[in-house]
Formats: sequence, structure tokens, C-alpha cells
Amino acid sequence: MPAKTLEAKVRPAPGGTGVAIIDLRGEINSFGEAALNAAYAEASQSNPPAILLNFSGVDYINSTGIALIVGVLAQARKTGCRLLTTGLSSHYVEIFHITRLADFMNIYPDEASALAGVTR
Amino acid sequence: MATLLRNFWQSLTGGDDRNAEATAAPVPERPREAAAPAILPLEIAPNDPLAAYFQSSPGTVEVDRINLDSAALRALKAAGVKMVMPLVSQGELIGLLNLGPRLSEQDYSSDDGGLLSNLGAQASPAVRVAQLVRQQQLEAQARERLEQELRVGRLVQQTLLPKELPTLPGWDVAAHYQPARAVGGDFYDFVYLADGRLGIFIGDVSDKGVPAALVMATTRAILRGAAQRTSAPGEVLEQANDLLHPDIPPKMFVTCLYAILDPATGRLVFANAGHDLPYRRGRAGVDELRATGMPLGLMAGMRYEQKEIQLLPGERVLFHSDGIAEAHAPDRKMFGFPRLRDLMASAPETSLVNFLLAELARFTGPGWEQEDDVTLVILERTAAPREGVVAWRAVLDFAIPSEPGNEREAMKRVAEAAETLGMPPARLERLKTAVAEAIMNAIEHGNKNRPEIPVGVRLLASDGALAVRITDQGGGRPIPKAQTPDLDAKLAGRQTPRGWGLFLIEKMVDEMRVTSDETTHTIELILQLKGNENASQNA
Repeated sequence: MPAKTLEAKVRPAPGGTGVAIIDLRGEINSFGEAALNAAYAEASQSNPPAILLNFSGVDYINSTGIALIVGVLAQARKTGCRLLTTGLSSHYVEIFHITRLADFMNIYPDEASALAGVTR
Repeated sequence: MATLLRNFWQSLTGGDDRNAEATAAPVPERPREAAAPAILPLEIAPNDPLAAYFQSSPGTVEVDRINLDSAALRALKAAGVKMVMPLVSQGELIGLLNLGPRLSEQDYSSDDGGLLSNLGAQASPAVRVAQLVRQQQLEAQARERLEQELRVGRLVQQTLLPKELPTLPGWDVAAHYQPARAVGGDFYDFVYLADGRLGIFIGDVSDKGVPAALVMATTRAILRGAAQRTSAPGEVLEQANDLLHPDIPPKMFVTCLYAILDPATGRLVFANAGHDLPYRRGRAGVDELRATGMPLGLMAGMRYEQKEIQLLPGERVLFHSDGIAEAHAPDRKMFGFPRLRDLMASAPETSLVNFLLAELARFTGPGWEQEDDVTLVILERTAAPREGVVAWRAVLDFAIPSEPGNEREAMKRVAEAAETLGMPPARLERLKTAVAEAIMNAIEHGNKNRPEIPVGVRLLASDGALAVRITDQGGGRPIPKAQTPDLDAKLAGRQTPRGWGLFLIEKMVDEMRVTSDETTHTIELILQLKGNENASQNA
């Protein structure tokens, strides 16, 4: 099975909050490193208060993928940017809890509640 | 110029087969008088003096002035050709531009000759390129036809191999089939006999490609039929030989060994039609299981000797095809039967398939072009089950090349089998993550990303649980104990962001065991079939 490449697209959140959204699609593994880092660099250019990682198009995250997310989280924390997530399947929600990533990134069931969470 | 062009008919001719392809271009009709340019099919034999004459001509040649005893020259004259511009590319005659008489009925002038020479000089390379392109197209088509035939052969063969391994309490049955690119005609099969006994076939058709695949399919059907009619292996081979012999293509034959195991007693009865001798690893060492008989399909009315052995707990038998023993190292040294026999003697108790494949990979080195199909079937009587010990049966046993990304396919195969066994979706996800991580570790850390070294994957099932055993060839070094990664240190940059694999595996499974010997590491993942994690799933 050829590995599905990761697509990562950046868009501003609706409502002028300045929040950037990264829509992820594919697999988060070693092959996705360049795409994820490039998308994060693009999203963080405007110094947004928060970046929402949308995992709803992601069907596979492996340990290398977790390491990539840790890397992005470390960058975000240096600049005081909050990272939020949405679209994680229940399995990966569990993995975010096991790895304690959930302690540093709020997990929301959908985009609207994530954005509401930022403004609160 | 206009007159000249209207007047000539082009001829792309030549004296060898390759050039003949150029003349095969569509020719509507042989031109008459002032017809449009057309192709004159003309063969110049390689020994025709005209070929040498044209090849050395620097420019146009007036046909009437040539004085040679040449069949091609007579053909040119008969076709009314007056002037010829030989097309020569890199010293080779590749065609002719032929002109009939001028419409004006005057002779060709030296200007005409010069113009034609110019045209010829420009046309030659273009014609050569066209010929080469055509030649390559034909070669590509021929290759494609061959590939297609190999694909069909492979498909027939693989469709007929058993999809599942027999599960017998107290026995481990493993099989591995690795096709050569050209498909060697190997097969193996299991037949379930009425009284609980198991029939085991292994064979090899003496040819490759589609013909071999069809003979293999026929042989398999005949053997299956015969095995159901009679329960003596010698008689089964005898009947199969007599049925196969009238229909098998000349010079083709099938080697085949048939054995019947009684799992209750460990009695193994077998007969052999010229196939490679199986090895038994018994308590006293390794011996060959000999029984004489001619290959199937060579002669009618053959008799097959029948032998019998008793397999004790802990003993194993290796059935194999010559693909492994006749594999060659880069220095052309052959793997050989003695080596295979020695390996049987020294094999660890873990998966024999993986051990042999790893030894084969070590012997042939990286980049081995596999010469013939490699087929292994292993029958092992497991040590007598003790009270309270879980009885595992093998569900899957396969190997994958150590290339990053291959863990996905293996993960899928294991998950599909686990789903069939009734594992609920949330458990399946945990199983998938654990299996993928363990295989990634085996590929990267155990086998150092070397594709020729396989990662072995076995899935076993007991009544309420699954075990996945993943074996790499990185033995000799212990696998480090899983430690809880320090996320704060990672976020602060004091630790690498990586290092989650083993930790994740441990969290996903109910039990994880690591065993190592001098050559291999095996990580065993155990999950209860039904878990109780659904409560925490909706976090």
C-alpha cells in the first residue's frame, strides 16, 4: 500500500478572529513532515492568537506523526500561539490523552465549538 | 522542383530484416507514371553487390549506368526506376529514394541530381530515426505481451494457492510462497480428509509462465480428486500420473510430494513423485524423508513407494521446492541442499519460515534477482500442551520486505483477520496502532531498512485473545524498555520530539513480551478479543 501523502491547507477562520485553520488530509507520518511544517509556517506568519488543526481528513497518525505534532506544538508555545484540534477520531483522541498532548492542545468535536472556545 | 517532386516515387527499401520494417509502411497501390510518391517494396539481399554499391555511392546514381549481376538491380529496372539516391546513415544503407522517368521525357539534369543529393542527405537521419522509433515500439509491444503472459500465469497460480492455513490443535502449520518474476510453477495445497486427517501437497511444474500455470491448475484438480478417492499417498500419485500423462504437453512434467498427517497420532504417510526431499528435524537430528517415484506426466503406469514416519512433540518437517536450495549468491555459489539441512538442524524454535528467509537473504545479498519460486511448507508438532497453558492456533504467517511504509499493508492484513475473528472496532484501532508501530520498529531498528531482510508477522488466536508476533533480524541487542516519554522536556527542546513507538505499543495492548536470540527479536502483542475500553472512548 503506497503511503498517502499529507495535504495541509491553511485558511483564515470565519468571523475575523484572526485564527488560522490548517486542514489536514491524508496520513501523518514521516512522509508528511514537509507539508505539516510548511503549513504551520504559513499559518503562523500573521501571528494569530490560535491555530486550529483540523484532523477530520486524517485516517492514520503514527509515532513519527506524534513527534511532528509535538514539534509544531513546541514552536507554537515559544510564540505564545494556542493550538487547538478538531476532527480527531475517538482512537486518536485517546492517543492524544495517553501522550498528554491533550494537556497542551484543547480537543474540540467540531470547528464551530473550537472557534467559540478561542473567543471565550 | 515541382516537376521533380511530382516525378519521384520514394522507396524505403533495404537488405535486412530491420529495414524491412520500414517497407511495411502502408502502401496504397504501386504508382503508375506520374502517381504520388509511394513505397516500392524491394528486398536487397545482404550479399547482393548492389547493396555494397549503393552504400559507397556519395550521391545519386543513374540506374541504367550500373552494370552489376544483381537481382535487386533487375527489380529496380523492371519497376522503371531511372535515378536512385541511396539513403545512408552512419555507413549503413537504410533505404533508397527512387525516381522514375521525368514527365518531360528529358533526362535528369545535374541540377536535379544535386537537389536529390541534398534531399537524400536530409532525409537519411529522419528515416533512420523513424525506423528506430518503430523498432522500439515493436520491442515494447513484445515486452508488454510477455509481461501480460507472466501476469496471467502468476494470477492463475496465486489464485489456486490456499488462502488459509490449516488449524490443528497441537500442530503448527506454516507456509510461504515467494514467486520469481518469471513464475516458476510451484504449488502447495492442503486437503481436509473425512477422518480429520490432513493431506499436504507440494509440487513444481517443469516450466514457467502460462503453460506451467495451466498444468499446475490441472494437476491440482486431479490431485484433489484422487486424494478424496483413496487415502494411500502412493495410490494418489499413481492415479494422478495416469490421468495427467495423456494430456500434459511434451517435455513438461510435475514433481510432487503428497503426505497425509494424522494429527491425533503424529503419523505421517508420504509418497514422492520426484520432488525435493523433505527434511525432518527430529530428536536425533535432521534426516531426509525418502520415497522413490518418477515425476508425474512422464510415463504411464508408474508405481510410487510409500513411507511412514511418526512425528513426536517438538519435531518438525520442512517441505520445500528447489527455489531455495538452488538460489545463487553474487559469486554464483549455490545455496545448496546441505546448507538447508544444516539450517534445519540449527534453527531456533521460533518461526522457521522467517529464519530460513533471513538466511536466504543473508546468502544472496541485497538486490537478488530471484531465479525461481521459493515455496516452504512447515509442519510442526508443538510441545504437548500443559495444564492451564493457552492453546494458540496460527491464523496468519507472512513476511514483508523492510521498507518504510510497508507496515500499513501488514497492519491492514492483521486487522482484517482480527475483525473476522470478532474484534470490535475500537479494539481493532488499538491493535492497528500497536502492530504498525511494532513493525515500523522492526523495519527501522531491527532490520535497518534493508528491504531484502524480511519482517515476519504471525497472528495467533486462542479462544478469547489474539497474539501478534513480529520478528526482525536484529538479534543480539536487547530492545530497550519502554519509558514514558517526557512531553514537557520535549516541548522545551531538552529532548527529541520522537521516541513514542514502544510507549504507544505498551498502552495499546493488554500484554507485550519481547524475546531475543542471537539473530532475531520477536515482539509479541497480546490483546483480548473483546475489551472494555468503550467507556473511555467517548472522551
